[in-house]
This record gives sequence, structure tokens and C-alpha cells, in this order.
Amino acid sequence: MSRISRYRVAFTTIVVREILRFSRIWVQTILPPAITTALYFIIFGTLIGDRIGEMDGYRYKDFIVPGLILMAVITHSYANVVSSFYHSKYQHHVEELLVSPVPNWIILLGYVTGGVARGLVVGVVVTLVSFFFTDLHIVNYPLTLLVVVLTSILFATGGFINAIFANSFDDISVIPVFVLTPLTYLGGVFYSIDMLPQFWQDVSLANPVLYMINAFRYAMLGVSDIQPGVALALIAGFVLLLGAVALWLLKKGVGIKS
Amino acid sequence: MVTNPNMSKAVKLRQLKKTYANGTQALKGIDLDVERGDFFALLGPNGAGKSTAIGILSSLVRKTSGTVEVFGADLDTDPESVKSRIGLVPQEFNFNQFEPVEEIVINQAGFYGIPRRQAVVRARSVLKTLDLWDRRRAQARSLSGGMKRRLMIARALVHEPSLMILDEPTAGVDIEIRRSMWRFMQEINRAGTTIILTTHYLEEAENLCRNIAIIDCGHIVENSSMKDLLHRLHRQVFILSLRSPVHVLPEGAPFGLKVVDEYSLEAVLEQEQSLNQLFDWLNSHGIEALSMRNKQNRLEQFFMDRVQQRQCGVDS
Repeated sequence: MSRISRYRVAFTTIVVREILRFSRIWVQTILPPAITTALYFIIFGTLIGDRIGEMDGYRYKDFIVPGLILMAVITHSYANVVSSFYHSKYQHHVEELLVSPVPNWIILLGYVTGGVARGLVVGVVVTLVSFFFTDLHIVNYPLTLLVVVLTSILFATGGFINAIFANSFDDISVIPVFVLTPLTYLGGVFYSIDMLPQFWQDVSLANPVLYMINAFRYAMLGVSDIQPGVALALIAGFVLLLGAVALWLLKKGVGIKS
Repeated sequence: MVTNPNMSKAVKLRQLKKTYANGTQALKGIDLDVERGDFFALLGPNGAGKSTAIGILSSLVRKTSGTVEVFGADLDTDPESVKSRIGLVPQEFNFNQFEPVEEIVINQAGFYGIPRRQAVVRARSVLKTLDLWDRRRAQARSLSGGMKRRLMIARALVHEPSLMILDEPTAGVDIEIRRSMWRFMQEINRAGTTIILTTHYLEEAENLCRNIAIIDCGHIVENSSMKDLLHRLHRQVFILSLRSPVHVLPEGAPFGLKVVDEYSLEAVLEQEQSLNQLFDWLNSHGIEALSMRNKQNRLEQFFMDRVQQRQCGVDS
């Protein structure tokens, strides 16, 4: 059997195992974002949103749809990989992969693909929920897909790096709670940065999540605070950077080999 | 065992060193050869370095320096060949406790590039051989300790490795399962699989293995055939069961004879002394022995002598 065939089988095995893992516990992994999103639409979209009026030419509840979808994708892509890979370290079954002839890049690709799969499933669920509350329309389908997939890859890779360094269950929740959530909420999910004073607009530009949410909003609604090209280049650059870091950590055996 | 000297060894370690981040020198430059088809015992007290050696061999631990070859493939330049030849049964349970038994084995085959259809057939075969087929759909965490050990063996066998490394595979299992595992290990060894076994049950090593290395404080302190090693035993201690009670032995009794209790004697035979001499003396003093046994397993005696001769941290 050729090397490529062996790699393909190993990659498929990791991905299928990851998808089965989050599918078995769908009540924990798929259902919560549907409920959370519905609550967001009811509270921010309908009850408060009607008083806010329009934003960038859209009804407020339509304006927040891209941000809510991408926020769910980011959170779940990250959570899937950080949780799964840390558990495999904790239970030592990561050793199944380390003793077998699977190259590091296949291990990384497999876990990241698993994270992207969950991110996209959750993204679809949130999109379906939004149909009940908004008149959703998408301006640019290919760009929408590109941004959501790239963003999902980026955060799945981030989750992998977090899991490599994690030594306890606390370590896998610190980044999502204290870094990811604030960056996402302050990344323009619920507002346009034009609403902010100049100082805070400048500060917001240092938040990478702002670029992702705006690129996604541009792809869906055709409006953005950021140049979409700049945003895409930034996301792609971060994907390459984090991918290289993750591969280097795997090669050095950080957190997984003594 | 006759081997072709031109054939590569199953395992060849040269000047293998490992220093952990905390400064502990677990391996201080070991050289070790394991022939193809061998049943090899790697023994040593806790912390001696045997798990580190096995960890390096199976790519779970990074070596500090030295070379590792498995069937001629170098771990540094061709790690995939090395890994594909090895099946590891580690000391600790290291499977996903929440996955079904069959899935664990099939997934492991997948990691070795075996297509699912073929993996399913192989998984069925190894699970049946190891009496786990009826529990194939059970979550691994629901298995008994002995079953979990057998699951790790099934998982290690599914890609049909040429070298099996068994790190204390019978630890904590009852004697019945232990014996069935011994039979199984002997079968796969007869079928051509090279086996490296670490164990604290020295009786197990003595019964199963043809060659042996003892590692202590990061050094190989003994490396020979089991036969030669046992032949070199300087002394053996026996316990004799007596028909009639003996309370006191004559003054200056030979063979280090001493009374254990009124129905048991302990005798020490040096290498040059024979059992006939012992029994002649017992007969001449009207002492009738019903049975006898080694006080310690023979290998255990050698092992204790060997590992107690040196202090860790002081290189010889």
C-alpha cells in the first residue's frame, strides 16, 4: 500500500473518530448553541433590537446574524479540539497515535478537521435557528464559506496548541473564558465599531476577531468596518502561523513526550 | 537459537542515553541487541531505566543521544518503518475508556494505514483469539482488569507487528489469566514475532524468555542467555519438608542447614555441591525429606545479587 493511501486511511480514522465523539454527545456539543442563539435573537434581536433600529442599513437582528454564527463557529471549533486532544493526553490514548506511523501533520490535520466539522455543524444549526427570527440573505456564498472555514481552521488550530500546553482541566478553560469570549464579544458581534469613540475604534483594530466577524458580515450582508481583503489576509496569515507553531510543538514533543 | 549474522537485529541500541528535564539520567549509554525471533526479558528494579528504554524504542520518549535500530531501520532517519514494525502493550491502560472495544482495535489499525474493511476482519480475529469478541460493543471502561490487559494486546497485534513489546503485561491479573497470556505470548513468538518482555514476576521471565538483560541505574548490568545466567548461579537455597519433626540439628551441620520449623529445614547448596551429597547427609542422620522447593525463584536470586551490588548515581 502506498504511503499516500496509508496517510489517507490514518487521516480518515482520526476525523471519523472525532466526528463520532462529538456526535455521541450532541446534547452537550450541538444543542446548546441552538438554544443560546435563539435566546440572543429573542433578547437582543427582538426585544432590544427593535428599539435600536437599523445598523449599517440592516435591521438590528439581521445585522447580528453573521456575528452570532461566527461566534458559535469560533467557540465550538476551539472547544472541540482543545477538549478532545486534552482528553487524549489525560487518558493517555494519545499514545495510540504517537506509537503508530502517523506523521505529525496528519495528526494535526485530523484533529483540526474534526474541529472544523463541529464548527460547521454548529454554524449550520445556528443559521437554521436564525431563519426563525430573521430574513436571512447571503450576498456572496463562496466568500461566506471561505471565511467560515478559514476562521474555523484558525480556532481549531488554536485549540490544539492550547491542549498541547494544558496540564489540567482548568488550563483548557482559561483561554476560552478569559481570552476568546472577551475578544469575540468585543469583536463587533453586536455592534459596528463606527459607534465607538475614535480611541476605542483604534483599540478594536488590534482585535483579530473583529476582522473575522467583519469579513463574514461583508460576505453575508455586504457591509463591513474592515477591508475584506485585509481581513482575509490576516486570517490566512494566522492560520499559517498557528499551523507552523503546532507542528513545531508536535515535533518537539512538547506536552506529549518526556 | 541460530541466527544469520548478516541479518539485521530485531533491536539494536547503541550508547543510548536519556536525561530528563529534571536532570535525572535514566539511561547512561546502554548497548543492547535483540535477535529476530527472540523472547527477550528486560528486567530491572523500579526506576532502573527499562520503561525509559521501552519508551524510546516505541517513540513515546525522546532520547538524548545514541542510536536505535529496529529490523535495520533507524529511528532518526526512518521513524515510520520503525513504528510500523512495533506493537506496544504498555504498563498503564492507555485507551479511550469511553470507546467500544472493537472501535479501539479498528481505529488502531487505521492509524497504521490498514483500510477499514481489512481492519474489521483483523479486529474480529484478534478479539476472538483473546476472548473479547463477546464484549466487542462494550465500552472499554466496563471491562475487568484482565480484559483490559487483553484489549491492549489485541490492539497491539492488529497491525501484525514483527516486534511486540510487553511492559508488565500480567501485572495485577489472576493466575489463570496470567497462564493463558503466557501461552498466547509463546504462540505468537513461535509464529515468528520477536518479543521483549518486562516483568516483575521473575518466574515469568525464567519460564518464557531465552535471553535476558538486567538494567539498573541506567546501565545494563547483565546481558546473556537465560540458560547461561542460571548456570552461573553460585548458590541455591532449598526448603525441605520433613516426614518427622526435627528440633535441633547436630553441631556443625553442613549445607548451612537450619531449622525453619519442626517440619522444615533450609539448606544452601554452593555451585560445587550436589543434591546427592545433601541427601546422603540427611540419610546418614535419619532425616527423611518428603519434598523440596527453591526458597526463591532462581532468577530472583540472581537478580537480587546483581542489582544490589551497585548504588545508583555512582558509575562503575
